[in-house]
Amino acid sequence: MRYLPHTAEDRAAMLAAIGASGVDDLFKDVPASALLDAPIETLSDHKSELEVERALGRMAARNVPAGTIPSFLGAGAYRHHVPASVDYLIQRGEFLTSYTPYQPEVSQGTLQTLFEFQTQVAAITGMDVANASMYDGATACAEAVLMAERLTKRNRTVFSGGVHPHYRDVTRNLVTFTGGTLVEGTPDPDGTENLIDEIDDQTACVVVQNPTLFGHVADLTELSEGCHAKGALLVVVVTEIVSLGLMTPPGDMGADIVVAEGQSIGNGVNFGGPHVGLFATRQRYVRQMPGRLCGQTVDADGKRGFVLTLSTREQHIRRERATSNICTNSGLCALAFTIHMTLLGETGFRRMAELNHAKAIEAADRLNAIDTVTVLNNGFFNEFTLKLPVPAAQVVDRLAEQSILAGVPARRLYRDRPELAPLLLVAVTELTTDDDIAQLADAIEKEVRQ
Amino acid sequence: MNRQGRPTQPVASTTTADTITGDRALMVEQPLIFEQDSPGACGVDIPSPDSDLTPRLGSVPVRSQIGLPDLAEPLVVRHYTRLSQKNMSIDAQMYPLGSCTMKHNPRLNEKMARLPGFADLHPLQPMSTVQGALELIDTLADWLKTLTGMPAIAMSPGAGAHGELCGMMAIRAAIDHRGENRTKVLVPESAHGTNPATAAALGFTVEAIAATDDGRVDLTAFKSRLGPDVAAIMLTNPNTCGLFERDIVEIADALHEAGGYFYCDGANFNAIVGKVKPGDLGIDAMHINLHKTFSTPHGGGGPGSGPVVLSDALAPFAPVPFVVHGPDGFRLVEHQGQEDQAELSFGRMKGFHGQMGMFVRALAYILSHGADGLRQASEDAVLNANYVLARLKDKLTPSFPGPCMHEALFDDRFLKGTNIDTLDLAKALIDEGFHPMTMYFPLVVHGALLIEPTESESKVMLDRFIDTLAGLADRAQEKGAAEAFAGAPYHTPRCRLDETLAARKPILRWTPEPPMQEAAE
Repeated sequence: MRYLPHTAEDRAAMLAAIGASGVDDLFKDVPASALLDAPIETLSDHKSELEVERALGRMAARNVPAGTIPSFLGAGAYRHHVPASVDYLIQRGEFLTSYTPYQPEVSQGTLQTLFEFQTQVAAITGMDVANASMYDGATACAEAVLMAERLTKRNRTVFSGGVHPHYRDVTRNLVTFTGGTLVEGTPDPDGTENLIDEIDDQTACVVVQNPTLFGHVADLTELSEGCHAKGALLVVVVTEIVSLGLMTPPGDMGADIVVAEGQSIGNGVNFGGPHVGLFATRQRYVRQMPGRLCGQTVDADGKRGFVLTLSTREQHIRRERATSNICTNSGLCALAFTIHMTLLGETGFRRMAELNHAKAIEAADRLNAIDTVTVLNNGFFNEFTLKLPVPAAQVVDRLAEQSILAGVPARRLYRDRPELAPLLLVAVTELTTDDDIAQLADAIEKEVRQ
Repeated sequence: MNRQGRPTQPVASTTTADTITGDRALMVEQPLIFEQDSPGACGVDIPSPDSDLTPRLGSVPVRSQIGLPDLAEPLVVRHYTRLSQKNMSIDAQMYPLGSCTMKHNPRLNEKMARLPGFADLHPLQPMSTVQGALELIDTLADWLKTLTGMPAIAMSPGAGAHGELCGMMAIRAAIDHRGENRTKVLVPESAHGTNPATAAALGFTVEAIAATDDGRVDLTAFKSRLGPDVAAIMLTNPNTCGLFERDIVEIADALHEAGGYFYCDGANFNAIVGKVKPGDLGIDAMHINLHKTFSTPHGGGGPGSGPVVLSDALAPFAPVPFVVHGPDGFRLVEHQGQEDQAELSFGRMKGFHGQMGMFVRALAYILSHGADGLRQASEDAVLNANYVLARLKDKLTPSFPGPCMHEALFDDRFLKGTNIDTLDLAKALIDEGFHPMTMYFPLVVHGALLIEPTESESKVMLDRFIDTLAGLADRAQEKGAAEAFAGAPYHTPRCRLDETLAARKPILRWTPEPPMQEAAE
């Protein structure tokens, strides 16, 4: 048992110091009927490092890593190239094995990176302030709606049909449990939705995604004006943060809260988690923000330093009057985000976005050239929707057999919407090669011709 | 002197030399990345697009300046390496934070989580291409159900507090399904702050239950609160005083009799893994902090993972997604109402399927320990805490007599009359090379010091820690000690920070110009 330092002699000596005759003396408060007298028999006993590597390696080998074959999967999780130094740095024990920085004198490393993270997120989203991260984009979205309800003292939310259904479901769940209502738009594959008429004087906020699940991009200025005219807030969801290297950010379009999935920068797709939720807002709303915040201050010698701050919003101080029950952020994923974003900088982030967009244009044009296949988007960033003459799920399964991950069939996310069966969401990043695009186009061409 | 004329022994320094830079060897100042901007430099080589880009962004204009600094890779690596050196960590220090379970984080877990067969899987790949991933989730789920003695589990919650939310949503859904109106949740005074915050977030009214003099739920007071309006109790066991709730079975029976549900906060499950199955105690739901009990790292504040085990009564309401297996292998049920199993599901907690990266780490940890090792780890954790309690009981003031479980609780009576408080003592401990214990929690004792050594610490390290605390307790009684303690820590990158200033005038991001002083002040 390589992780346990005590020898039998140590244990005996310690029990003697305590005055106990055996370790079960220490468990005497456990009801006797519930105390197990031996290790659970149906479970295996301890394994060596080599044995564990074999057991887990066997499971890993049963999967097809997306990086080993052409992959066009997106819909809220995106594969990008992450520089080697990111993973090296986040595995430094001082970052990996520290706790939440409640003792600032011995946590300045974590705290300064959080301050840098908050500044980066605020800059990228075009907002005033950002928190130290949330579990993921979907939970950040739900928290944004609750925050809008607190700020406006209203409880009706207009939810766009262009938002990722997982975000909608998570939000609906939390909001309806607390007495709010969600007015849900129908799925919007054509990008023609107009929500302005849905806003009334009971509306707390409008939630839209840009680019939408289906890849459409929109200038939200008019919508934000429509919201503000009725005293409602505009919440903008971004699931592909790389888009903000090229697109005018939500902050410049009048958004009041921006929530995003930050996984694309610094983090792998990890079969869906852990990811990192980004949360940014206007300065005047800071005290209603959920989650941890890092702030600048000085120490007793007057030197600049950083601390967790405004914790009177949080559960460990406010208990049942807290703004949220959240206790953790996504610290290490936020660190990876910050390091990758620092490596990219202004120059690299913009170039990365341009490259994604250029490759996506190339792929969209190639696929749109196939007879009976249509790209539904006029504008898009690195993801678009294909309309196929056959069910997309069927094409995806057939192409998987040919070692191509063709994209996400819309019905994987909308089980109750048979009319979306022909739609395929296709994402393209800097990892996509010209050959990948050619393979996908050729294979789809073959499928739809049959 | 040797033959080169150099001294063979270091000369003892008699003065503290001021440095030209103001830095002191390994203790260096590190500016923010925004103060190291070198426009045009870049830490990543990215090819330009093949052709001139004509953006196809519809009505959205291309953005102007973002405001990010440019740095080449060596500067970035040095920057974050230097910052890392300003942190204490479990790798380098004993970190006895009560309730937080700072145990050793095996690097095997990191290696396994980075296998491309796990890390490079997209969550929406066809299920035929992720059978091993679904098998891993199912295997971990089996271990967790068996260790807790519970029939069902929801794997998707992203952290402990998120797990609480999941469990309480299941309870709320079950009550709604019964057509009842139960609005009250009972929470002991010693509970984690997340418990009342979670109950309140779901619209329940929170009622505190008093503790007895021996640090447990007052059974009589508890029973007197039961009635048709009580939805649940949220009880941590072992509780936040580090004590096992002796009456837990009776609490569960009385609660069930009254039609309520038992939510157990599993933050302290690490004390009893392999010793007690919480299912045998009558609980209905319990989250398991994989980052505590099963040592997926804390990462400076997350990501966590908080699967929730559920009783038969709550299982039908579990959130989507979940893994099922049939003739074609494993499959994810992703939609509420998708089929029989998800008919009553309350919905979705999180994007995609949960914290897969944490599942891999937790399973690596669990397989490494096995049933025998997990039991031994719990016993050692409890042994270590009791050793600390026993050896310090005459120097510090234990709040309750032993035995304790995995953490030892002291209060500040031993500091009475010294003008030194718990915080001062903790800061002095930093100078001695230890991370402080948890302070001022639980709230049920004055000036709490909650010490959780975990099973990872050797007897040698525990003795050193105990001797240090005992020494500090002695020193606190010396004349003039208060002033010295009030200045601690002295040997850290920063001395005590002004948290009041930070909250009064929040500066939450870097800006190119320092914020203007407000003239009116």
